[in-house]
Amino acid sequence: MASKKAFYFVIAVLLSIGIGSAVYRHTVDGIPLVPGTQTVNWTVEARVTFQAQGQPIEAALTLPEDPGFATLSESAASPGYGLTLARQDGARKAVWTKREAAGSQELYFTANLVQKNAAPLEEPNEPAPPEPVVWAEGVDTAAQTLVDLAWDRSAGNLSYAQQVATMIFDKEQGQNVELLLGHYQPAELMVQLMRAAAIPARVSHALMLEDGRRRQNLVSVVEVYDNGQWHLFDPATGQSGRPDNMLLWQRASASVLDITGATDSRVTFSIIKDTRPALATAVDMMTAKGLASFSLYSLPLEEQSLIRGLLLVPIGVLVVVFLRVIVGLKTSGTFMPVLIALAFIQTTLLTGLVGFLLIVAVGLYIRGYLSNLNLLLISRISAVVITVLGIITAFTLLAYNLGLTEGLTITFFPMIILAWTIERMSILWEEEGPKEVAVQGGGSLLVAVITYLCMVNPLVQHWVFNFLGVHLVILALVLMLGQYTGYRLLELRRFRPLAGDS
Amino acid sequence: MLFCHPSKLKSKGIMGMNQRNISYIGRYNPRSLYKLVDDKLKTKQIALKGEIAVPDLISVIGQQHEVADLTNRIRGFGGFCIKPAQGSGGKGILVITKVADGRFFKPSGSEVTLLEMERHVSNILAGLFSLGGKNDVAVIEALIQFDPVFEGYSFEGVPDIRLIVFKGYPVMGMLRLSTAASDGKANLHQGAVGVGIDIATGRALRAVQFDEPVTHHPDTNKELSKMQVPHWDRLMTLAAGCYEMSGLGYLGTDMVLDTERGPLLLELNARPGLAIQIANGEGLLPRLRQVEALPAHPVDVETRVARSKEWFGRDTQMV
Repeated sequence: MASKKAFYFVIAVLLSIGIGSAVYRHTVDGIPLVPGTQTVNWTVEARVTFQAQGQPIEAALTLPEDPGFATLSESAASPGYGLTLARQDGARKAVWTKREAAGSQELYFTANLVQKNAAPLEEPNEPAPPEPVVWAEGVDTAAQTLVDLAWDRSAGNLSYAQQVATMIFDKEQGQNVELLLGHYQPAELMVQLMRAAAIPARVSHALMLEDGRRRQNLVSVVEVYDNGQWHLFDPATGQSGRPDNMLLWQRASASVLDITGATDSRVTFSIIKDTRPALATAVDMMTAKGLASFSLYSLPLEEQSLIRGLLLVPIGVLVVVFLRVIVGLKTSGTFMPVLIALAFIQTTLLTGLVGFLLIVAVGLYIRGYLSNLNLLLISRISAVVITVLGIITAFTLLAYNLGLTEGLTITFFPMIILAWTIERMSILWEEEGPKEVAVQGGGSLLVAVITYLCMVNPLVQHWVFNFLGVHLVILALVLMLGQYTGYRLLELRRFRPLAGDS
Repeated sequence: MLFCHPSKLKSKGIMGMNQRNISYIGRYNPRSLYKLVDDKLKTKQIALKGEIAVPDLISVIGQQHEVADLTNRIRGFGGFCIKPAQGSGGKGILVITKVADGRFFKPSGSEVTLLEMERHVSNILAGLFSLGGKNDVAVIEALIQFDPVFEGYSFEGVPDIRLIVFKGYPVMGMLRLSTAASDGKANLHQGAVGVGIDIATGRALRAVQFDEPVTHHPDTNKELSKMQVPHWDRLMTLAAGCYEMSGLGYLGTDMVLDTERGPLLLELNARPGLAIQIANGEGLLPRLRQVEALPAHPVDVETRVARSKEWFGRDTQMV
């Protein structure tokens, strides 16, 4: 047993690749752990309106780049305009251009966004320290008072920001804040006060997502840099942190909308909320990222459903290995129960069981007659195969005429398997009597039913198809079970008289 | 309680199926040697070479066209046994104990027609009883004239003696007696009586049927505790010799006692079952470990038998 170490190494590799890939699929690709999980899907439409002056038009709209949201799809509607998506001033922008336009113009940009788990707004590069603030005439003293006060009451960048936000919202230090708010917008004031204390800060624009809202405007939020991350503050409420349903639309760049050659420009937003299966969303996103070729979803539907069925086999095999090695159940034919269970999936359990028993019973009866003919084994089994085919056809016809559509599905049983089952049962009957037939046949059916119940479990089906790493875990489990030298469950009963002696 | 605690079985040294498969069969039985024991014809051939006594071979039927010749091959024999060379678990063995006026009778007295016998042979050839359905040959053996010492201890069948031989040391023994419930077969799971045998003396230790202790044979009502297997030393030597002959480290030997020829080797088993533990009321593991602890240099058969008797003999009689 010199290879034990290598063996455990292989197991460990299989387990870590298997579990790792499943975790990756969930966290990065967003495949839900449980089937039927819904995700919230926001459709946001930005409507840009302006009055064209009969000159060349260039309209640039900043597009959202929020790490808390993933973009499923985007589209723009702008008849007669040329459209390019480009990066300008460190932001992604939609740029509409037209040689000449006059009168009222409307441009639309629609994005489908999926909310992800709230991720921190990380900033890999430390921003440059802000330049010294030049206050408007006559407010320096008031500003300096506020800065000093907040500085005294704070311990670090964040608590300083919190103090400032609270002051602005609470109008504490009434006169000073009033005075400053006469010159600055709250968000702008907060940024100025932050910069006065040499803390990087900026105003960003966000959209509050709410289902069915129209003509919404962006709201200002303040981002404060601390320790590799941007932290959000709402100067209107003094609250820190990121509210639910807030989409950061414009960060870092100068403006949301830049238009040359027009006046009276506005951008408003309409929002629709939608829920859809998380799985579909994840698949769409993988397609959007061009990763779909690594997934089974890139296959044609027919192959997908075929693979879907095949990928259940490892589960069936695992169940059979478990029931034999750990529990100690006997089956006739090692993996016949898996094949029967696969057939049950096509037929549904009750129809399958009834159909199986009917076919085997009738087959046994006919096999009894065939045994009188003194045939060679091969031709006898061949005769049973043909007979089974006849029985299946007859039952299907009968069921159809009686209006029982369930009966039609018994055609899914693998015929050769049935024929061999009948042959073996028949020999077993002759050699060991009907009791043994009931024991072994019953055991096989029991294992098949347990296997079936595991394989039709929606969670199992979801996992084996969407998390292929699961199969490596199953492989590792099967290998480990192959090393199990402990007692089987049924041996604890079998050897019970030996244990009770003392 | 339907189940017992595994630690109890462990403390008694009871071996489970998984441990048998991995720690003993997998480790001590090289796969390449299986064909010697899985094919009874080959076993017979190596046994003859190793001067191990086996039942006489009457004939071998290996081709379908030879089946028609069956009557000629068995002519003149008062009893015989047809078995698949590669059968397992006693499957496909047809025993004819009486031939009268061209009619054949099984031990139970029921008649078997020639046609049925021919079909049986043809089933054997097609591989119905062999592992994996491989094509097989039918072996026809002379019937054993079983020793009358077992008269009344077995019902409609030859009692056989199973010894587990580990690295050449007989470690545990059992006598298998067929009953009405087992239909003349010697398989414990079918209801045969298993009698644990003292390795030192060949005397009965305890008996079980369907895993529960019994004192008398259920059909003949003979007291089992009085039983003493004759020719015990020869049986032990025969079994121990099968180690050299087969090369298998963990081996089940099935032997019978013939009135004239004494102990004969019926077949070898590379995967002997675990019911012998129940029949002996004792686990195999302590004995196996004692043999495993020995240094690895060859020891002759006589020494091994003597050591086995010394180590594994029991003074206690059947309770």
